[in-house]
Amino acid sequence: MSENTERPRGEMVTFSLNGSYVQADPKWSLLEAMQFYGLNIPTLCHDEGLTPYGTCRLCVVEIGKGDRSKLVASCMHPVREGLEVRSHSSRVMKTRKMIMELLVARCPSSKKLQDMASMMELKEVRFEPANDDCILCGLCVRMCEEQMAAKAIGFAGRGTDRYITTPFDMTSDECRKCGACMYICPVCELRCQGPQAETTLCSGCINTEPVCAEKYDDATCFMVPCLSCVKGPMDVK
Amino acid sequence: MTVDESKLDSIIDKHDVEEGSLIPILQDIQTEYSYLPKEALEHVSQRLNIPMVQIFGVATFFKAFSLKPKGKNQIHVCMGTACHVRGAKNVLENLERELGIKAGDTTDDGEYTLETVNCVGACALGPVVVNNEKHHGQMTPIKVESLLSTKPV
Repeated sequence: MSENTERPRGEMVTFSLNGSYVQADPKWSLLEAMQFYGLNIPTLCHDEGLTPYGTCRLCVVEIGKGDRSKLVASCMHPVREGLEVRSHSSRVMKTRKMIMELLVARCPSSKKLQDMASMMELKEVRFEPANDDCILCGLCVRMCEEQMAAKAIGFAGRGTDRYITTPFDMTSDECRKCGACMYICPVCELRCQGPQAETTLCSGCINTEPVCAEKYDDATCFMVPCLSCVKGPMDVK
Repeated sequence: MTVDESKLDSIIDKHDVEEGSLIPILQDIQTEYSYLPKEALEHVSQRLNIPMVQIFGVATFFKAFSLKPKGKNQIHVCMGTACHVRGAKNVLENLERELGIKAGDTTDDGEYTLETVNCVGACALGPVVVNNEKHHGQMTPIKVESLLSTKPV
């Protein structure tokens, strides 16, 4: 690339990511910056081609230090000079697991949710399964509006009664039946055992990777699969 | 119900024809027709250039909007905490029995709409029933019947 397209260094912001200082474009969200630096942050409602929405909350990170730290959805939070970000602290991991547990309880028939739960080593779901077919992530609504320019589907109702529908719950003239909403939906894909699975949590693929070294408060091992400290098969449950 | 487009246009023209005027326009339509007719929403969608699904979302989000025609007399039974402990449930049940409808419905002759609300801010008077914006305090299942027999305008 020519030098003209390169951004002057002064325009970058520097912030602390898991203890190391990194630079990022001020237009980026925290999630984009973390993905740029190769961190694997679980997301459900985020898609590169769509505006961030911040509903699934799986991408939470901890910002600030000590007692003043707080959890924010990284897909909606801009990078800022001097920010202190921890993407895998124990508080973040605990929160993510809880969110995942709630999501799986809502839609236990989704393969994508089950796979993510396995990746997070979720061992149990303590909630009554709702067997719903929508997590209200809004991906289909944004897909329809932003990429397909159809604006055929949207949210209706409020609170616990919120659902996705066409105007007046009838077949919409705007809908071209392109199927983009189904393509992007994270819960449309059925899990391997089919819709009538006996357990809420699949656990089919859980713990196939040996559990790595203990996680420390601020740091975690990002090697997938683990290469440095493989334990014996007896450690794998 | 047929919707008069010129009447709708006069409602819309009272406001700025832009996205931000959607709620005031819907409120005026709601006052005019006592509900939001589908044809009216379609007209608003065209005039303001707002997708129909967004208008539908707004109309279903707010409890002040209704997509079903409402009765001439609107009865709101307060189900707030204070009214609840003083027997609002019995008042509501008797109203439902008298009118032959469930809360949220309208009678077939279009006279009454019965709804529950969560607090009308007159807890000392509980149980409160609001009949056409007139508050009636310390209601009992018996008193409610006289409320229905003396029909307001």
